[in-house]
Amino acid sequence: MIQSRYKYLFLFPGLFTLIAIIIFPLVFTFRLSFSSWDVVQPTLDFIGFDNYVRVFNDTRFWESLGTLGTVVFSVVSLEYVIGFALALLLWQDIEKNRFFRVLFIIPMMATPVIISVVWRTMFHETLGPINDLLSMIHLPAVPWLSKPTSALIAVILVDIWQWTSFVFILLLAGLLSLPHEPYEAAAMDGANRFQIFWHITFPMMAPITIGILIIRIIEASKIMETVYVLTSGGPGTSTETSAYYIFIRSLREFQIGYSSAMSIVYLLMMILALTLIAKGLTKGLVSKGGI
Amino acid sequence: MAKSRMKRFVVTIALAAGLSSGGMAWADKWSEKYPIKEDIPGPASYEATSKKDYSGRTLTILTHAIPVMGEPTALHAKQFEELTGAKVKVVHVPFGDLFQKAMIPFQTGQAAYDVMFYGSLWIGDFHNYLAPVPGEYIGMPQMQDVTRNYKDVAIWEGRMIQFPVDGDRHYLKYRSDVINNPELRAKYKEKTGKDLRVPQTWKEYAEMARFFNILDCEGDGEKNYGSAEVVARDNLMFSAIISRVAPYAKHPDVKGGFFFDLETMEPLVNTPGWVEGVKDFVEAQDYMPPGGNNFGLGDEIFSFGGGQTLFSYSWDDAFIQAMEPKSRIRNLVGAAPLPGAHKVWNRKTGKWDKFETPNRAPYICWGWTSAVAKASKNKDMAFDYLAFFANPANHQSDLLVGRFGVNPYRTTDFDPKFYIKEAGWAPDVAKTYCATLSGMDKSRNRVFDLRVPGVNQYMSSLAAGVSKALAKQLTPQQAMDEVAAEWKKITERLGKDRVRKAYATVVALEDNLR
Repeated sequence: MIQSRYKYLFLFPGLFTLIAIIIFPLVFTFRLSFSSWDVVQPTLDFIGFDNYVRVFNDTRFWESLGTLGTVVFSVVSLEYVIGFALALLLWQDIEKNRFFRVLFIIPMMATPVIISVVWRTMFHETLGPINDLLSMIHLPAVPWLSKPTSALIAVILVDIWQWTSFVFILLLAGLLSLPHEPYEAAAMDGANRFQIFWHITFPMMAPITIGILIIRIIEASKIMETVYVLTSGGPGTSTETSAYYIFIRSLREFQIGYSSAMSIVYLLMMILALTLIAKGLTKGLVSKGGI
Repeated sequence: MAKSRMKRFVVTIALAAGLSSGGMAWADKWSEKYPIKEDIPGPASYEATSKKDYSGRTLTILTHAIPVMGEPTALHAKQFEELTGAKVKVVHVPFGDLFQKAMIPFQTGQAAYDVMFYGSLWIGDFHNYLAPVPGEYIGMPQMQDVTRNYKDVAIWEGRMIQFPVDGDRHYLKYRSDVINNPELRAKYKEKTGKDLRVPQTWKEYAEMARFFNILDCEGDGEKNYGSAEVVARDNLMFSAIISRVAPYAKHPDVKGGFFFDLETMEPLVNTPGWVEGVKDFVEAQDYMPPGGNNFGLGDEIFSFGGGQTLFSYSWDDAFIQAMEPKSRIRNLVGAAPLPGAHKVWNRKTGKWDKFETPNRAPYICWGWTSAVAKASKNKDMAFDYLAFFANPANHQSDLLVGRFGVNPYRTTDFDPKFYIKEAGWAPDVAKTYCATLSGMDKSRNRVFDLRVPGVNQYMSSLAAGVSKALAKQLTPQQAMDEVAAEWKKITERLGKDRVRKAYATVVALEDNLR
């Protein structure tokens, strides 16, 4: 009896932390989403579903979600492809390539705001080195941050530069843990390198691939600092992602109730999207014979 | 009798000599230790502040990141600590976080900060949480020296609740070496048939900027461009558009509102006057430097201040940057009132009115201000700190450090001799600068910020709309219609009466009713 009480005592610190940093903010945000708390009215009143109705009629919110979808799809797929290519490149000869492995993970360790400031300078149309390099090979200067399409590409490039290393390091760890026997068998059967990759390596990497893609989708969906520093969501609203839009409405404009409703809608959309993506990936990779 | 008179005379002379020599020693004592020229006697001077004892007490200050306003806050906080024995904690945050850092404690009833430095346009949101400036501080000579505009900016419903520490406005900056160059003048005349001069209207500004765009005005092999402006959506662009729109939409004979019609609270942002200004702003992208339509304030400062463009307009910073001792365009720049317009929208008649002399509408733009929290338990110390921060010795010293962001707001600040003697400016530059800045105080057609509750919602919506026009996502009219529709919704949400009551205080300033 006493033992079971002690059990709860030992559980308390973890439980308290969970309630304090996850459960309470979530419940409080949910409660706020039904209030009109804003810059002139800091009260937890109850206004029913008014904020949710407003969210569904807010075209800018849905546009920002569309922009986010474009960014996430682009960065995660490109990071996966580049990360996998790099991991395969450095997989076989570990000793010689130790330097490059360390080099590749440096971007991931830097603060996103600092990275974005550096890239903002790189993309500067008259002073930045990128347009200088383009002119050296007789290519025209690109209006990196001042045209909607190129600004979106710039945001995507910065994210790829920073987070490909994360994908790379996990995939490399996965490759290093693969068993040797299937490769020996394939070599005896005379399989070429592509066949080995497509029929052995890729399927065996399926579990780690699903994990990496889900983590990167979640992380990339939170993109905020890069947009804030590089473009402030512009030109127009062309690079405005959901997190940035919610930030503007909540902390700049202090529409606390409304932005809470947006956060809840966003959370539900993400849960739905990730569930579908996870199911799709699992199904796709199972059919490939990986799991 | 004569002997006694003689004795009194000798004593008086001796006393005067003693006092004056003592005074000199006293001035030297402070200037040796602190970066001021000399202490200037007054109720918040170094001498007077050193007699206060705040040992064992702590003052907490919220301010901007270093250097702009953050650096002088920290500098004077350290000095205040040394003089009074107080402990002063200074919290620096980026501009984007200042509003929420102040507002969250306000709304949750905490006294997190005794003193706040912030943008003066937030007075409509903050006024319920600020302590009025006590009479003894309003009566100080240093406060009496503050000009009408900056007292107006600090007052809410007849009470001063913000403590002036800075003065801001938008004005035109131009390259005087280009405008006054005889060869370039002749070339301009030959190509356009017009005189090259300081632009009097926005249309003239555009013609000249377009003409000089991509020309190498200095013959140094580097291209020059027409205009550097603050265009990045969430980087203070809303103020740039107000400057652009003001002369078209602020009719000197039509009272009752620039942003709204005060009677109906209908937004005016989609009226032809506003749309004309937005059209100009969109066209200006043709004569900005590459990437100029993503320039924030920092970019604008370094673009004009670095000699890249012919024109610029916004706060003082770009001008001060250009006048830095190591600047290659030092003393080659001039200041002038914002360009005007020959046509002004008259919303009473629904027609454009023609103006032979261009209509000017100086924008008394928001800037840095300070205040003491109503919930503070250290109001005495907080106001003493602010008075010390802005005492004449500190103020004069701060004015000379460009990165501090402290700009002229006192009558004595508009004396060209100060800039000639203390900053080494050329007389012509100092004269145009002082005349431009002080001239704005005399205007009867001023435009102020929308100092109402929820101002950030209105300005954020304005910037988003104008940004869509700039990116050609919408036409200027469509963009401003969208902004007007959103402003209506914001007003309904915040309460029409509440917003109207606050807006009436802005209109009272603009219509010279106070």
